[in-house]
Amino acid sequence: MSRSEQIDASKLKGVPTSYSSVGWSLLIIGVVLMLVAFAINVRHASFSLIMTLTYVATIGTGALFWVGTEYVSSAVWSTALRRPFEFMAGVIPFLFILVFPLLFNLHTIFTWTHKSLFATDPTMLVRAPYLNVPFFIIRTILVIGVWCLFYFLIIRNSKLQDTTRDQRLTKRNVNLSAGFMPVFAITLTLFTVDWLMSLAPNWTSTVFAVYVFAGAALGAMAFGTLLIVKLNEKNRFPVKLTPDHYYNLGAFLFAFINFWAYIAFSQFMLQWYGNLKDETAWYIPRMHGSWAVVSIVLVLGEFLIPFFMLVSRAAKFNPRRLVFVSVWLLVAHAIDIYWLTMPEYNSSGAVFGLGEIAFLFLSAGIVLAVFAWKAKKNNMVPIGDPKLERGLEFHL
Amino acid sequence: MSEKRLYGLAAIFDTPEKVVAAARAVAGRGFTKYDSYSSYPIHGIDSAMRLKRTRIPFVTLVAGLSGAVLLVLFTWWTNSVDFPLVIGGKPYFAWPDYVPLMFEMTVLFGAVSTVIALLVVWLNLPRNSHPLHDTEFMKKVSKDRFGICIESDDPRFNEIETRRFFEDLGAESVDSIYDEPVDISLRQKVLDPKFIAAIVVVAVVSSATTYLALNKMLLIRPWSSLNAQFKVNPESRSTFYSDRFGMRPPVTGTVARGHLPDPITVSDNIAAAEKYLVNPLLPTPHVMQVGQRDFNTYCSPCHGYFADGNSRLQGQFPSPPSLHTDSLRLAPDGLYYNVITNGFQGVMPSYARQIPRKERWAIVWYIRALQKAQNPNGPEAK
Repeated sequence: MSRSEQIDASKLKGVPTSYSSVGWSLLIIGVVLMLVAFAINVRHASFSLIMTLTYVATIGTGALFWVGTEYVSSAVWSTALRRPFEFMAGVIPFLFILVFPLLFNLHTIFTWTHKSLFATDPTMLVRAPYLNVPFFIIRTILVIGVWCLFYFLIIRNSKLQDTTRDQRLTKRNVNLSAGFMPVFAITLTLFTVDWLMSLAPNWTSTVFAVYVFAGAALGAMAFGTLLIVKLNEKNRFPVKLTPDHYYNLGAFLFAFINFWAYIAFSQFMLQWYGNLKDETAWYIPRMHGSWAVVSIVLVLGEFLIPFFMLVSRAAKFNPRRLVFVSVWLLVAHAIDIYWLTMPEYNSSGAVFGLGEIAFLFLSAGIVLAVFAWKAKKNNMVPIGDPKLERGLEFHL
Repeated sequence: MSEKRLYGLAAIFDTPEKVVAAARAVAGRGFTKYDSYSSYPIHGIDSAMRLKRTRIPFVTLVAGLSGAVLLVLFTWWTNSVDFPLVIGGKPYFAWPDYVPLMFEMTVLFGAVSTVIALLVVWLNLPRNSHPLHDTEFMKKVSKDRFGICIESDDPRFNEIETRRFFEDLGAESVDSIYDEPVDISLRQKVLDPKFIAAIVVVAVVSSATTYLALNKMLLIRPWSSLNAQFKVNPESRSTFYSDRFGMRPPVTGTVARGHLPDPITVSDNIAAAEKYLVNPLLPTPHVMQVGQRDFNTYCSPCHGYFADGNSRLQGQFPSPPSLHTDSLRLAPDGLYYNVITNGFQGVMPSYARQIPRKERWAIVWYIRALQKAQNPNGPEAK
């Protein structure tokens, strides 16, 4: 079959209008709620905005990671599925807008900005050259800037290929993606250390960035699977995907559920076993009171239940199951970020207020609205990619 | 040799497309006992053969989960119930420790059971050979041809019709495969002196090598690194401590686990101890049982089972007094404790080394019970 027969040109651009309208309404409600939350309690709302920032950043960079992985590994099967991930990565430039109000609020969010801590605590004194406001702002802008740079370069080459069909662009993107991988590891580490780990400035965990990365890759894969399977089942995807494509998406979800659990448990067990004051101080609030309930919900929600939902071979072929698990995992990813962030706001018990609702609305709104917007402007399938035909004929 | 039995008909095809089409036709005819052979996996053959999903993943899942569960039960029983050990200051049931082990056991049980299930199902154990072994058919399909073999057990099998059916499908050749039971007699070879000599030589050489490796080689540098560690061995000199003792005494005031310190050191001040020491135990059934057991073991040989001096060793040793006298019934608990601990007037020895402190107090409770049984309305009853 030739390429023109495989692709339904009428479906190349755009997604159902409901994506855009739902996305924008969620986004507007989220912004309004967030503004109200800021009017009520600046500290609480700032934490909610950090959660939103983390959620959007993990989905966006996770998607860019999957795009890069596809190039670096020269994967063929996923060529037709790459564009949805490129659209999802489109949220990366908007991180600047999300981070902007926070940069003016650092003193209300981070305890390490309080100079009195540095005077009394020797461990904080050691961290002073790294944890200070000017360097923090420089790092944040640098990290998001680097992400934007790679996003624009990789996506530009990919889009250019739609018209020029130049095979050298693939080669160029392979090199770019290979460069992006180590850069992504370093920048994500900086981002997570700055925005999540420094909420508890005395606590350290060397595996923390890997933990957040596992959640990012899982969240991005869940969102991508949700969109791809939904569009294909509604017959809105410009090419016909086979159940084998579904299987691979499900297998990736399953793999990253396990990877997330592995990293989460490694971090927990080493710190629990070491039983050092500075390390366990982070886990103690999360293991008592209502936070313990959140922890158990997280273990069930991001590992045990989806594990058994996806473990069988038939489940990974089943589009309804994949859609359900994807939505489930996106919610679990939100709980994960809530669990990482909010115990530092209130260690005595779980909090749920306007800020958390705003976080959910805003995060879902941003990722969905940006996806719909990008899908409207660009082709849903990389029609110029030399790997596309073989990718469509993929069999397990 | 028994008679030849027709095992089945094996057809050779020269392209994978043909074998897929043939498999589809064979399945369409309603054959069930057949298999297709190829030296590499062919896309689409599964659906062409209408193969059902294998049940082996189910075996893996069940075996893996039971591995995890068994590990939890085993570790819980050994570490928390049968022989509670404190490791690293963690609780007896330290479940996070078990998770890596659970993972390992899940993998181990899952993998081993999968392999065993595969062997049982696929090799049809305990059968140890297959009629297709060593046939021209098998040689061809492991090289550059593709084949299908229909077994004669299949209800739709008919030698002539099936052969024609294969030929209509475009088979390159169709072979009849016969099931010949192989007579395997090993006796001659086993009793061959050369064979026995070889076995003996292998046994001696491997034993000697193992012995030399484990007992000699490992003690020579550089393999002896584990022997020559920078550490203090038990009961050896140390240059680190000023008193040159490698083994360190416990810090002054260290209390052993399960040890009951006395509020007053008995040997220091006997009078005060007798007066002020109070039995720290409550007379629970368990305490009374321990007291009875220890009394019968350590006290009764001289004092008798009823503490009246009527004992098995009467006459061989100075007879101890009955414990049912008025003065002894009114004596404080501390007196009994002190006598058990330090002995009495050089006649009764000290039992401090035999009986732990808690059990001495249990004996005191048992003596009180014996006294009350003899004198229910005695002066101490109030």
